[in-house]
Amino acid sequence: MLNGLAVGCIYGLVALGFVLIYKATELVNFAQGDLLMLGAFTCYMFVVWYGVGYWVAFALAVALVALFGAVLDATILRRIIGQPQFSVVMLTIGLGAIFRSFASIAWGSEIYTLPTPFSARATRLAGVAVSHEYVSIIIGTVVLCAVLYAFFTFTRIGLAMQASSQNQLAAYYMGIPVKLMFSLIWAISAGVAAIAGVLLAPVSLIDINLGFIGLKAFAAAVLGGFGSIPGALVGGITIGLIELFSGAYLPQGFKDVAAYVVLLVVLAVRPQGMFGAITRKKV
Amino acid sequence: MSVRFVFKTSYDQDLGIFRDDVQRNWYLALLVGLLVLPLLIPAYVVDVSLVFIYGLCGLSLMVLAGYTGLVSLGHAAFLGIGAYTHVYVVHDLGLPWVVGVALACVVTAAVGVLVGLPALRMTGVYLSIATLAFALIIQEALTRWERVTGGLKGKAVEKPVVFGVHLGGDTAFYFLCLAFLIAGLWLTGNLLRAPTGRAWVAIRDSEIAAQSMGVNLAVYKTSAFAYSAALMGVAGALFAHKIGFLAPDIFTVLLSIQFLLMVVVGGLGSLHGALFGAVFVALLPVAISQARDSIPVWLSAIASPFGKEAGAATFLAVDQFVKKPGLEPGLFGVILVLFILFEPLGIYGRWRKIQLYFSTFPLYKRATFRRQKTYMRSERLR
Amino acid sequence: MSLFAADGLVMDFGGLRAVDGVSFQIEPGEVFTIIGPNGAGKTTIFNLVSRIYEPTAGRLIFDGEDITRVPPHEVARRGIARTFQNIELFEHATVLQNLLLGRHAHKRSRFVEELLFLPSVRALELEHREAVERVIDFLDLQPHRDNLVVNLAYGVRKVVEMARALCTRPRLLLLDEPSSGLSVEETEDMAFWIQDIRTVLGVTVLMVEHDMSLVSSVSDRVLAVNYGRPIALGTAREVQEHPDVIKAYLGG
Repeated sequence: MLNGLAVGCIYGLVALGFVLIYKATELVNFAQGDLLMLGAFTCYMFVVWYGVGYWVAFALAVALVALFGAVLDATILRRIIGQPQFSVVMLTIGLGAIFRSFASIAWGSEIYTLPTPFSARATRLAGVAVSHEYVSIIIGTVVLCAVLYAFFTFTRIGLAMQASSQNQLAAYYMGIPVKLMFSLIWAISAGVAAIAGVLLAPVSLIDINLGFIGLKAFAAAVLGGFGSIPGALVGGITIGLIELFSGAYLPQGFKDVAAYVVLLVVLAVRPQGMFGAITRKKV
Repeated sequence: MSVRFVFKTSYDQDLGIFRDDVQRNWYLALLVGLLVLPLLIPAYVVDVSLVFIYGLCGLSLMVLAGYTGLVSLGHAAFLGIGAYTHVYVVHDLGLPWVVGVALACVVTAAVGVLVGLPALRMTGVYLSIATLAFALIIQEALTRWERVTGGLKGKAVEKPVVFGVHLGGDTAFYFLCLAFLIAGLWLTGNLLRAPTGRAWVAIRDSEIAAQSMGVNLAVYKTSAFAYSAALMGVAGALFAHKIGFLAPDIFTVLLSIQFLLMVVVGGLGSLHGALFGAVFVALLPVAISQARDSIPVWLSAIASPFGKEAGAATFLAVDQFVKKPGLEPGLFGVILVLFILFEPLGIYGRWRKIQLYFSTFPLYKRATFRRQKTYMRSERLR
Repeated sequence: MSLFAADGLVMDFGGLRAVDGVSFQIEPGEVFTIIGPNGAGKTTIFNLVSRIYEPTAGRLIFDGEDITRVPPHEVARRGIARTFQNIELFEHATVLQNLLLGRHAHKRSRFVEELLFLPSVRALELEHREAVERVIDFLDLQPHRDNLVVNLAYGVRKVVEMARALCTRPRLLLLDEPSSGLSVEETEDMAFWIQDIRTVLGVTVLMVEHDMSLVSSVSDRVLAVNYGRPIALGTAREVQEHPDVIKAYLGG
């Protein structure tokens, strides 16, 4: 149960990254999972290669990936805003392939484990062994969501970001530096992916294909309506639990595709997701 | 070079597959070239056969993504279904080869309809995500349904026997693929100059207007899916023979992305583009493997004036770098990004620009093809 | 008997009632115009008539048949064609291809025939082409025939869109703000064309329009709406002088 909840949180965090970028720029970032992978690898590199402490490495990894996200926006992604969706999809897929290739060249295609302060420790809670790694994921998600919520609701920059995602032109006229806001949103989104990556690393293993978790996070984002931040989290947790139960009760093989089946069913039955609203083109 | 005008004297002229006689003669010359190609470069016949198979895949995705505007991220799954159906029918059921191809075509078309129906309610990127999910499910199914697919152990494929004739040789297979590609091009070209093709393009550009002009969106989106899938099924049957061994991990998302790369690099919305893209994607790995051997040698030659050690060290370092396994997909990624950013019209678009440059010289205006800068236009309301 | 009748049309968007009990009849061969201030529900009425929206209540009757539940793509086949306020052309196709799509409602070839491009398909294509060429001649579009729509000026696109609608051989033509975005000269040309469409082709026209000079020069009858309700019906002059209409426009 806790297991599924924790994995669901990771899906939710990656989905959150999708949603942030989608809401702000209407780009769907197919490289989100690969940003997660970069985050995990960067943290691993600091901890194991350079012997940096876990928390410092965590912070460094998140900061670096966030910075990378901002640079990515400023140099590449900004150029294609306003182009058809198709170009965007292809562009981010291409970027994802480049990241994976970069990771395999820089860090090799072996599989690594990230040692953490909570590795292989467990507390007995009401007679059930509770692994600290899973607890760390859940706590991390809750804290991160609280911080993000506060940021978007109470700070000027957060409000400015909301404004620029709702009406680009109007925000621009009101003196909000829209380009900077977009870069910041990319930074936040990449940072969230990196956090998810570092949190996931102890329970999963780090390899260059870690990013494929992004595909399952799509299911979470779609389930949540692709535009709703709480929806993304709820969607993520739902997918995590569905996976857990289908692994337990259904024949082998279903666990791996459960997320995709849910995704297809949701898209076919209720394309706007659980939290989304129907919109249609005005003529 | 002068501007070439096409004089038209009847509406019939606009219905031909070729623009004019000059164009037709160029294509005839190309065909003759392809017919004698196996004599000229026998070593590359297998690679060129793959170009033809990929050409069919390119056509398939061009119909769906380039003409109808439905971007599928799961076309490798259709290729897989086609390949496995064909091999199962021919090897396990012992039916004739032609029946295998026909059934591969029919089964994939049927699956295409099944995917197309829920896709009617989705737009834009949602459809891409859904097809991606579909492909991942199919891949898992191919792994698990061992009785038919052989599971992870895979399945060996024998050489094709068409109407009792053994096509064991590479050259024979080359002509088989070429014949299928030409047939595919002809059929697709026919559809595109008929009402069906126009309805597809209409859906791509404005669903609502297409609907108001009497286009039944459900019928035409589904037919685009079915036709595209059927082409993919035929390509799958040929592909099975080309690789000689089927395993579920051949038909991955990465392969789907390569197909998309084909239509982007070639140029969306043109049949030429599909073929240019196929040539590019099929031959790039060949070029890369050649480059892997030659680049370290070149670079060490450049470094050798600085001493023998420098040359040898460069050779070793570069050699180690270019032989990293992750490099090739990364290179594909780089190419994709560069094309999207700098040449969204693809190779075919670049080709047209060069043609126009020479035919209007010295009056060519760069601005002719410039993209208009627009503010973010919401695609949520499509 | 009237060609088209709307009977008690109601359209709700969530809690907002955009159209509230609108009824009108259009006689064969007339130009019927709907006017009203911004947000009065004119375009919504239009989208109801062309079946893009599902009415909350009310009936649509065309040529004596109830078309309230007919799917949108079927409407064109019955003889209703429309244009759009912000132009919905197929931008990456040529003018000719756009107009040929207008013939889609008259498509008679089957998929397999088209796949093989049988002689019958070729003959039908030539038929479509001739029909399109007649429209091209009618609206003077010859110079633009092989241009891509993206390369055309806005005014020309408006005409192309009207031509595409005419290619369906409609009996009722719906024009959504034909003059919006056009210069004064282009609007005058548009007035001539609308009159020609009515007198030469005998097509009945339902139009939504802002430009009162165009409205008064071509309309036989005008319906004014405000807040989704009809407030006046009559000739252009009668409606313009109606006290409720003046109040609606001046916001009294």
